[in-house]
Amino acid sequence: MGNVLIVAEQSGGHLKKASLHAIAAGQAIAARTGGKVHVAVLGKGIGAVATELASFGVTVHAADAAGLEHYLAETFTPVVVELAKGLGATFVGAAATAFGKDLVPRVAARLGAATATEVLGFGGSGAAVTFLRPMWAGNVLAEVDLATPVKAFTIRPTEFPVAPKGAGGEVKAAAVADPGPLPTRFVEFKEVKSARPELTEARIVVSGGRGTKGDFKELEGLADDLGAAVGATRAAVDAGWVQNDLQVGQTGKVVAPELYVAAGISGAIQHLAGMKGSKVIVAINKDPEAPIFQLADYGLVADLFKAVPELREKIRAGKGS
Amino acid sequence: MPLKILVTAKRVEDPESKIKVKPDGTGIVTDGVNYKMNPFDEIAVEEGLRLKEKHGGEVIVASIGTDRSMTEIRAALAMGADRGILVKHDGPLDPVVVSAILDKVLEKEKPDVVLLGKQSIDDDQNQVGQYLAERRGLGQATFASKVESLESEAEQKKQPGIVLSADGKSVRVVREVDGGLVTVDVNLPAVVTCDLRLNKPRFASLPGIMKAKKKPVEEIAAATLGADLAPKVVVKKLSEPPKRQGGFKVADVAELYAKLKGEAKVF
Ligand SMILES: Cc1cc2nc3c(=O)[nH]c(=O)nc-3n(C[C@H](O)[C@H](O)[C@H](O)COP(=O)(O)OP(=O)(O)OC[C@H]3O[C@@H](n4cnc5c(N)ncnc54)[C@H](O)[C@@H]3O)c2cc1C
Ligand SMILES: Nc1ncnc2c1ncn2[C@@H]1O[C@H](COP(=O)(O)O)[C@@H](O)[C@H]1O
Repeated sequence: MGNVLIVAEQSGGHLKKASLHAIAAGQAIAARTGGKVHVAVLGKGIGAVATELASFGVTVHAADAAGLEHYLAETFTPVVVELAKGLGATFVGAAATAFGKDLVPRVAARLGAATATEVLGFGGSGAAVTFLRPMWAGNVLAEVDLATPVKAFTIRPTEFPVAPKGAGGEVKAAAVADPGPLPTRFVEFKEVKSARPELTEARIVVSGGRGTKGDFKELEGLADDLGAAVGATRAAVDAGWVQNDLQVGQTGKVVAPELYVAAGISGAIQHLAGMKGSKVIVAINKDPEAPIFQLADYGLVADLFKAVPELREKIRAGKGS
Repeated sequence: MPLKILVTAKRVEDPESKIKVKPDGTGIVTDGVNYKMNPFDEIAVEEGLRLKEKHGGEVIVASIGTDRSMTEIRAALAMGADRGILVKHDGPLDPVVVSAILDKVLEKEKPDVVLLGKQSIDDDQNQVGQYLAERRGLGQATFASKVESLESEAEQKKQPGIVLSADGKSVRVVREVDGGLVTVDVNLPAVVTCDLRLNKPRFASLPGIMKAKKKPVEEIAAATLGADLAPKVVVKKLSEPPKRQGGFKVADVAELYAKLKGEAKVF
């Protein structure tokens, strides 16, 4: 009863860490429903990923097929739906990444399920699980009930721990039926590679906004001094100063690092939605009235082009001593 | 090949408004809040207009809500859309219900391309396009973007980011995903949800606003469509998230460094 199916995400045979947070969320539900956590992983050549997933003590259903090499909602949906039906899963979820947000609603539609997006936690009591999720760019916290027999969700990875390793896991092969003629075809993936840590997984994030006027050099330098990831506001991304993938906020990435440095960022609510869960927030802005200062732990009213190089010098001097 | 394009436009709270929860947690305080078209839907309308300007055809704008949503339909007509459909429903709406209604609208209108926003900025669900595509068995291209930046020459020339194939049977869409951009081809009819970097929406001109008043808008009562209108995402309670304590200022870089090292111990 109350089985949970989590769809894990992998790319080129590498497991996405967000999936481990999704498994932890699945375990939290299963603990309440008395059900079991199953994990689906789909792709081509995913044997190692499946084995890795099984080390978290879950039953892994690996759908390994040439037709699943490049993700498409149209090819992944039938596989996940058949698994969910076969397992009697009443909860189906994934991490709220671009992959999860694209796939889960389509799967849910076929299962007649309603979906909660960007889930932060669970409410209700016993097996009657409700979902806590942000609305209005995180201005509002809502408790929602999904009034369908099967309930679908995507979880915000920063709000759940990584699933613990566990015994008893196993890998089973999942059936992949011929999906027939497809309405959608994969053409190409233009990957942006970066030597810096992944934004959502970094311990420190250094972000810049319109105040950089397009010059991210010092911020990138600071990021490298600290082993940090680089982030940005929508304004900086729209201008083409940094790649899209670095946008932090309501419609970009949600991050919660130990240290978040916001330089030349005013602190619009849509940006705050993506970083206010950070442990320590530093704001560097030349306008003392900038809203970002209201939630910064350490606010510095200064020109970033002077303050950032100075800070880098201090950090380098500190490392040397 | 002329295209029949259906665009959705939801009425939402202006993203600049201050949102406060009512003390009893049943909703938000609407006093003093301005309303407008969902920003992602403005991008969808713009893309629809660009496709029409390039290929000919028609742009139909659909909104589901109360009479008040007529304002958003008129806003899209003022930008240049040809006609509107207002599906009147005075009850709670969620992506399951909205997609059930749009399913019926599509059945009737049979558009070649359906353009939606990727997410409503009130409920932030990011689901309707995906639900709609599955309900109708169509291909989906969510988070449509483009390779060129919003400052590029192609954008100045108002080129559509969505490209119709030479045989007119599919569209090529660049999708913004984690780690890069994915390109897909989707057969028509196609469902596309628009992300922020697809285009910069135009402003309505004064003549556009005048003309919009005379453009036809069909009003349909949701209950007559035969769609299941029972809410499936039921909001039980709203609350304000805990406020972050902040507001401490440091005098200079030396103090900032000392605090980060001594107090926050981040390095
Ligand atoms: C639907 C929607 C979704 C959105 N989603 C997002 C999102 O996901 N993420 C996001 O970030 N935004 C998002 N936005 C945009 C958001 O509303 C703001 O417009 C944006 O965050 C502002 O970016 P900014 O702080 O870089 O620019 P600005 O608001 O222009 O602020 C620039 C700041 O830099 C300071 N400054 C200038 N020069 C210097 C200097 N030399 N040294 C120090 N400081 C300096 C200025 O004082 C100012 O405070 C969204 C908006 C909408 C409508
Ligand atoms: N009531 C509505 N009327 C018209 N379009 C809507 C409505 N609700 C949602 N949509 C469309 O669906 C998109 C995604 O919404 P959502 O899944 O609610 O985040 C929005 O950007 C709109 O284009």
